[in-house]
Amino acid sequence: MQIMSNFLEIRNLTIWFGGLSAVDDVSFDVKEGMIFSIIGPNGAGKTTLFNLISGIYQPKKGSVTFLGKRIDGLQPHQICKLGIARTFQNIELFSRMTVMDNIMLGRHNHMKTGLIGGAFMWGKGSSAAREEILNRMAAEKIIEFLELQSVRNYFVGDLPYGKQKLIELARALALEPRLLLLDEPSAGMNNEEKQDLVFWIKDIQKEFNITIIMIEHDMKMVMDISDRLMAINFGQKLTEGLPDEVAGHREVMKAYLGEDDIAQP
Amino acid sequence: MDMKRSYYEDIQLLDSGTKKFWFGSLIIILLIIPFLIPGYYLHEVSYISINIIVAIGLNILVGYTGQVSLGHAGFFAIGAYAATLLVKHLPFFPFIFALIIAGLIAAAFGFILGLPSLRLEGPYLAIATLGFGMAIIQILGRFSVFGGRMGLSVPDIGFLNDLLYDSGLFTKTQSRDVNLYYIIMSITIIMALMARNLMKTRIGRAFIAIRDSDIAANSMGINLTKYKTLSFAVSAFYTGLAGGLYAFWMGFINPDSFDFILSILFLAMVVVGGLGSNIGPVLGAIIISFLNLNLQADSISAIPLLGDLLTVITENWMNKGGIASVSIIIFGLILIFIVLFEPLGLFGFWIRIKKYWKTWPF
Ligand SMILES: Nc1ncnc2c1ncn2[C@@H]1O[C@H](COP(=O)(O)OP(=O)(O)OP(=O)(O)O)[C@@H](O)[C@H]1O
Ligand SMILES: [Mg+2]
Repeated sequence: MQIMSNFLEIRNLTIWFGGLSAVDDVSFDVKEGMIFSIIGPNGAGKTTLFNLISGIYQPKKGSVTFLGKRIDGLQPHQICKLGIARTFQNIELFSRMTVMDNIMLGRHNHMKTGLIGGAFMWGKGSSAAREEILNRMAAEKIIEFLELQSVRNYFVGDLPYGKQKLIELARALALEPRLLLLDEPSAGMNNEEKQDLVFWIKDIQKEFNITIIMIEHDMKMVMDISDRLMAINFGQKLTEGLPDEVAGHREVMKAYLGEDDIAQP
Repeated sequence: MDMKRSYYEDIQLLDSGTKKFWFGSLIIILLIIPFLIPGYYLHEVSYISINIIVAIGLNILVGYTGQVSLGHAGFFAIGAYAATLLVKHLPFFPFIFALIIAGLIAAAFGFILGLPSLRLEGPYLAIATLGFGMAIIQILGRFSVFGGRMGLSVPDIGFLNDLLYDSGLFTKTQSRDVNLYYIIMSITIIMALMARNLMKTRIGRAFIAIRDSDIAANSMGINLTKYKTLSFAVSAFYTGLAGGLYAFWMGFINPDSFDFILSILFLAMVVVGGLGSNIGPVLGAIIISFLNLNLQADSISAIPLLGDLLTVITENWMNKGGIASVSIIIFGLILIFIVLFEPLGLFGFWIRIKKYWKTWPF
């Protein structure tokens, strides 16, 4: 009998598209409070793994257990309500909404106003207006945290890529998740922006008590902030462990540098 | 507390003195219009106003939620028949409740029609909704409760009629038009403001999110099934209620008044007006209804010089339908020009005019 179940348990997760196994029999555990990073070459199956955890794809085999509850087979909105938020590698923002409204959308499940309540928002005292104001204050805190004040009322589609990545993060934080999946958060950012990002991600872990799984290509950033690291290639798990162990692992170096470069020294 | 106020400003309807001034002026103008323009035109204004309600409702679905519908004439018909039958068979039933129930019945149909929208996208959804609209008129035409092909006459909704007549300012027929005008215009203003509020709050945001990225909306906790069908239902409610008003306005309904060309006109109002804005559908409904009413054969042949020329051309070179075919061509051309030169629709013109006048008259 298992006494203590992990925060997140992935067992034998498998999916294929046509003849290609995008994720092949992958198992790992994530403990509460850690930053768990996933690395691997392009096409390794990292994003597909996120899509499986967040319910966008259904696994062909295997299971995902979050806080002791099986979540594979659930719809994305159901998984979100359990406390898992994510960002997207190829930005999926609401481009014709303002930054504020994008973040407010993240508050959706913390709010109650329905059709009638919304339509009858007559004046400041109405329940809809009061709820809006409260949640806008919560959204504003995130805007301040990520220093987005200057673009608060801009349409997201008009902003540069790096800023859009941050708004993805802001929107996910607005959900107040317990687990946050970040898919290449630093892509398209310059060095200065990356430094800020590292600082914020550490804060999200420590101050907000949010567990993080991060896919990231920037090895410097990965080594800097990860508590634990997993490498995958061709949909399969290569190895997992402390960042230094994984980075020095022979299979990992092979996957990144190619067979020949490894063989020489 | 000052902090709190700034958050309310984000969602406040009239957040500046200029806006308050214009909104107040608009209400006053709308109130005194019956004293300024002849009865026939007032009747036209009421018709335009009904279409504004439809366009606002359709815009919630098409402009804000990003779903298409070519079947809204069906909801319009359902509303018209439901309201008519209610006031006919329950004479003491207040017309306003009849309208709300008509809207709710249309909403129920909207909900059902919304279900396939989860699997169908773009052109496929367009065809499914088109089929719905066409099926509705077939059904209405076959049952005797609905008056069959002959249709139904609609009782007058009275209300302010006697009061207006007794005031001595209006004749009997004028009183009927003025009464309808006030009823229709008040309902339009209320419906417009409610739509605006809805789109500023939680549900409306979810609709827009689905339009911009359904995958992200879903991952942010939005149940796509629920909100897509809800958007259909809300849109159908607006359209059904407007259909009820149309029945009262027209005094007579039959299935032919709701054919699929009407669905296309509704869609044109929203597209020409500018998708996904509050003012766009209002402008679109005004221009399309106006053209629809006034681009008739006799008004074209009455245009000095050009009218005669067009009459000669059509009589010699086109079919016996004559000048009527020209009116449809002109109608189409106007639509093409608007969409071609202002991709944002009339809403785009509106923004430019607003920029130009900025804070006038302050
Ligand atoms: N919906 C899909 N249909 C078909 N093939 C897919 C689908 N999703 C992913 N794949 C394939 O699965 C493999 C893994 O893709 P995935 O996006 O997970 O890679 P990744 O590790 O995130 O790569 P990158 O670093 O480039 O983002 C790729 O070969 C991809 O083409
Ligand atoms: Mg990827």
